[in-house]
Amino acid sequence: MSDKVFDLLNKSFIGIIVLIVLYPLVFVISASISDPSAVSTGEMWLWPVDITLDGFKLVFQNDAIWLGYRNTVMYTILGTLLHLIVLLPCAYALSRKELKGKKIMLWFILFTMLFNGGLIPNYLVVKSLGMLDTIWAIVIPGLVGAWSILVARSFFQQSIPDQLVEASKMDGASDFKIFIKVVLPLSMPIIAVMALFHAVGLWNQYFSALIYLSDENLFPLQLILREILIVNEAAASAGGGGPAHAAGSFVEQVKLASQVKYAVIIVSTLPLLVVYPFVQKFFVKGVLIGSVKE
Amino acid sequence: MAIREEKLNDDYIPLDYSGKNRSLIEKTNFRKKFKNFNKNVKKNWQLYIFLLPALIFFFIFHYIPMYGVQIAFKDFYATLGIWGSPWIGFDHFERFFDSYYFFRLLKNTLLLSLYGILLFPLPIIFALALNELRNGPFKKWSQTLTYAPHFISVVVLVGMIIAFLDPITGIVNNIIVQFGGEAIPFLTDPDWFRHIFVWSGQWQSLGWGTIIYLAALAGVNPELHEAAKVDGATRMQRIIHINIPSILPTVVVLFILNIGSFMAIGFEKVLLLQNSLNSETSDVIQTFVYETGLLEGQYSFAAAIGLFESAINIVLLITVNYLARKTSNNSLW
Repeated sequence: MSDKVFDLLNKSFIGIIVLIVLYPLVFVISASISDPSAVSTGEMWLWPVDITLDGFKLVFQNDAIWLGYRNTVMYTILGTLLHLIVLLPCAYALSRKELKGKKIMLWFILFTMLFNGGLIPNYLVVKSLGMLDTIWAIVIPGLVGAWSILVARSFFQQSIPDQLVEASKMDGASDFKIFIKVVLPLSMPIIAVMALFHAVGLWNQYFSALIYLSDENLFPLQLILREILIVNEAAASAGGGGPAHAAGSFVEQVKLASQVKYAVIIVSTLPLLVVYPFVQKFFVKGVLIGSVKE
Repeated sequence: MAIREEKLNDDYIPLDYSGKNRSLIEKTNFRKKFKNFNKNVKKNWQLYIFLLPALIFFFIFHYIPMYGVQIAFKDFYATLGIWGSPWIGFDHFERFFDSYYFFRLLKNTLLLSLYGILLFPLPIIFALALNELRNGPFKKWSQTLTYAPHFISVVVLVGMIIAFLDPITGIVNNIIVQFGGEAIPFLTDPDWFRHIFVWSGQWQSLGWGTIIYLAALAGVNPELHEAAKVDGATRMQRIIHINIPSILPTVVVLFILNIGSFMAIGFEKVLLLQNSLNSETSDVIQTFVYETGLLEGQYSFAAAIGLFESAINIVLLITVNYLARKTSNNSLW
């Protein structure tokens, strides 16, 4: 097989995969600005048909979505800040040679990768700390993982020169001061990587909200989305089993749901998709630093 | 080696002229060590403060739950607490193993995981293909676009699946009907659940999964390729005989890690995709733990089932790691 034929076949193979990955995304965008009846009959299959922004209007009028949005932004910012505050000093300390007993502490942290108590014991801890139905139930239980500590630690080991720290110590700087004035400014790449990974995780998570929160005013966006995209839909497809709804309002609700569905996907995913192309290299870097040190 | 040992002995003998002296040396060594450690803590106490928040976190949110696992062997009453509740041994486990749903849960969990493992080579193949592209916009765009679905939340993903596969309004069934077929109730048909679950996962993670392999492929020695070219090897032959063996260690390690989370993968997605009509295939151990434990409040029973599951995971991890070490010399430990 000549190189040219190989290249052609290889490019078509990759092209097909890219199209398969891309199609659902394009479809969602098109469907969000198309007439819902054109979408449901299959008339709209790639490009928008009868462009309308009604879906978005409904989304922006929906208080629950706004509230969820606000909550998610709050959880993401607070959670990410706390994550960095706990993660960075710990990873830095573990990267220092002069820290004795490092092995034991590393094992203490690494062991949690191998074994964990499981859903129920974790739930009981959160419950007994009185965190149910508070913002803390969302940001604290997943505050920091062994994996991120390992990644940040190997970054510090590789990119903070020992001489630099020692020279600062000679000048009489304390560890606190060195960490904040010398180490952190040199560590912006790893801070970005860790913050991004954690923020995306917080933005996208629904399960801890599902089990720890019952107060609707605290629901994050993903839980509201679940309601709109999945729970309502299941009720509809199970044969009009929408409980406690009068027939008329039920039909309306189904119609509203189908209009809102695609728009709400766009609205909720937009922040990530807009930022993503610019920060892609950070994410890739994060995966790679993580894979160097198993 | 022999010379070194002799030298060591030479050094040692003059010190060892009496047992009394020897123990004294050991004692002072120990004291010195302890003093050193003490001095170290005093000198570097701020570093220890740095560690403290994380250690406290791991203690409370990882080690206390491990301690709490004992409720699997107890009859847990909230009023009595974990410690105060009475021991009942393996009752919960027996009840679970004897129940009519045990076999179904185990089968569903294993089949779903096995199906996912079968597709393990796909990102490798895709990475090998991407690696053959010259650096340029086509390669860059292929990567950027296929990485993107990784960042879509599981709720949105399942929402998209439900919308696309809707029997009346979904695009997939619209196409099927257009071509003269009959609409398929994908989401309420138990036979379809596994395919939907696994392939939607591939859609989301195929591109992202190539990152590590691409990095490994970038590390392949170019001289190997040059030499093979001189010998007249085709591109395909070079992929098979150079690239694949070069990334094999990475593949093995990732495979073991995959097995390690064998049965835990995607429980949150299963929960979202599940409905009363497809539960015949979508009921897995973890969703059952969630239902009995958190919805019905049978904490002890659910904790026992969860423990059973993590025990299987650990056994699998150790077994696969052992096999990998025996057969390929690559392993996690």
